[in-house]
Amino acid sequence: MDQGIQIELGTVGEDRQHVLRLIGALTVNTVPAAHDRFQQVEPRDHSLTVDIGEVSRMDTAGAWLLTDLEARLAKSGVEMELRNATADASQLLESVRRARPEREDVPARPRGFAAYLETTGRAVAAGSVFLVELLGYLGLFIARLGHVIRHPGQFRFTALVAHAEDVGFRAVPIVALMAFLIGVVLAFQGSAQLQQFGAEVFVVDLIAISILRELGILLTAIIVAGRTASAFTAAIGSMKMREEIDAMRTLGLDPATVLFVPRILALVLMLPILGLIANVMGLLGGALMAWIDLGISPAMFRTRLIEGTDISHVFVGLVKAPVFALIIGVVGCHAGMRVKGNAESLGRMTSSAVVTAIFSVIVADALFSIFFAEIGL
Amino acid sequence: MKDAADKEAVIRVRGLRTQFGTHVVHENLDLDVYRGEILGIVGGSGTGKSVLLRTITGLQKPAAGSIEVLGVDMLSGGRAARGSLDTRWGVMFQDGALFSSLTVRENVEVPMRAIAGLAPAMRRDLADLKISMVGLPYLAGDKYPSELSGGMRKRAGLARALALDPEIVFLDEPTAGLDPIGAADFDALIRDLGRSLGLTVFLVTHDLDTLHAICDRIAVLAERKVLVTGSLEAMLEVDHPWVHEYFHGPRARAAFEAPSSGNASGDE
Repeated sequence: MDQGIQIELGTVGEDRQHVLRLIGALTVNTVPAAHDRFQQVEPRDHSLTVDIGEVSRMDTAGAWLLTDLEARLAKSGVEMELRNATADASQLLESVRRARPEREDVPARPRGFAAYLETTGRAVAAGSVFLVELLGYLGLFIARLGHVIRHPGQFRFTALVAHAEDVGFRAVPIVALMAFLIGVVLAFQGSAQLQQFGAEVFVVDLIAISILRELGILLTAIIVAGRTASAFTAAIGSMKMREEIDAMRTLGLDPATVLFVPRILALVLMLPILGLIANVMGLLGGALMAWIDLGISPAMFRTRLIEGTDISHVFVGLVKAPVFALIIGVVGCHAGMRVKGNAESLGRMTSSAVVTAIFSVIVADALFSIFFAEIGL
Repeated sequence: MKDAADKEAVIRVRGLRTQFGTHVVHENLDLDVYRGEILGIVGGSGTGKSVLLRTITGLQKPAAGSIEVLGVDMLSGGRAARGSLDTRWGVMFQDGALFSSLTVRENVEVPMRAIAGLAPAMRRDLADLKISMVGLPYLAGDKYPSELSGGMRKRAGLARALALDPEIVFLDEPTAGLDPIGAADFDALIRDLGRSLGLTVFLVTHDLDTLHAICDRIAVLAERKVLVTGSLEAMLEVDHPWVHEYFHGPRARAAFEAPSSGNASGDE
């Protein structure tokens, strides 16, 4: 709908004044062209007249361009006069002139080694604060748990059951399938290697020890960390965002008792059960694959399993479960409470909760390995 | 420009019917918005003021009726025709609806990217101008929406809506959640910008002060349609119980009887 813009530089009057005649639409669409043309305007004497009588339409961008030219000319001591402006145009020009922003310089960010050092220092400090806070939340959970044990009336049993269903029962299919497939993979990979030595039957030991001791519970914890830590953070974080947590405090409800205790306790109760299911399914998967691939019959698998694998492996595996559950629960709740007022931070904290929970679970698992190796289990 | 085409309807809604499932929000709704006017849409909660705005801007599909914006049929017109409207209207959503991953300046620049040949430096200058025109300080341009207060976000949202000097601006509750001083400032801003840019403003509001201060005409949504339209004085004469209650309630009296003439009076 906008026609183009024509700019003519001419002279009028007996004193041969410079006149810039604009014809057409001076809008955001034609401003780039006009801007280039204006750059070439070099008035010879100390005034320039701009005739905008034939401008059919002018918008803010056009007005900005004119005021820009005016400011530029004023800097080099040239006065600019606008001629034949309509009332609307003058009003627009006036508001644009008034609004012309003053460029302010943003303080430049320091660069170089000192800045790098500062960033590192801040990161380290933030990391230690984060660890201390996590410990604080663990302590808070234990304190509130002790409190509700002494005052069972304040305990929310319904919430505990609901969370147990959510973090435990609903996780059963995915955990079972994952463990079954891990068993299959272990048997398959193990048999390929052990066949070279004619030691096929040791595949049972391989599967049993690796699943019962490490993989069953570790992979379960990782899946639960991905599923539940994020759910905790999202639930608590969105309550934080909508000021529900603050509302709770003003109503005399303690968020730690109401929100953290049922969630973390449910996780502590459910994760060992999930780990046990993972163990059973892993062994089933391994046994199936051993049968298909190596011809080790289920009966033989069972005999070898009972003879060759000490019960301590199961103990070593399952004893880690409550610890992993505590880590996942505390990390999830803590991240939820760190959510600020916007949805962006909710998303960021949710993903950071999952990463932190999985990482911490693996670190804890490594520490357990060292510990059990030292005490000879 | 607005004097020349005094009664040209830039938005024409006829027989509009919107419903969600079995819940009918609008039934047989007619509305005209004329060029250059500031039209205030009022109505009780749940009467579908925002739904009407969303329907006119094409965010919601009506069940029946016709909508014409700047001569383009919104329902049967093709994508290309509707696309041509994108640079001719601007919408300010309730909380600004700024893109959170962009700074305020980048937000304002977004609509300008559609203009071919606009150099980045010039785009930046124009964005700075718009930011300044809505009354934000220069340094606000470098901030992200989450770093701004609610009032500043609204201003930034208005700056983005005005980025291309649209002919129509839709404002959804521009003064909701602002303190009286901020709301009065915002009213004055809309009025001044509306006059100097020749805008047509479609304004959904609950704010009686806003209605009093800046609206040329008021349309009341009730009983699933536009019950009455007219000036504020005409509204005071309407006999309908809800309209009477709305414009004669204690808050209305306080807003309208304040000793001001055309000025936003926040101090009740």
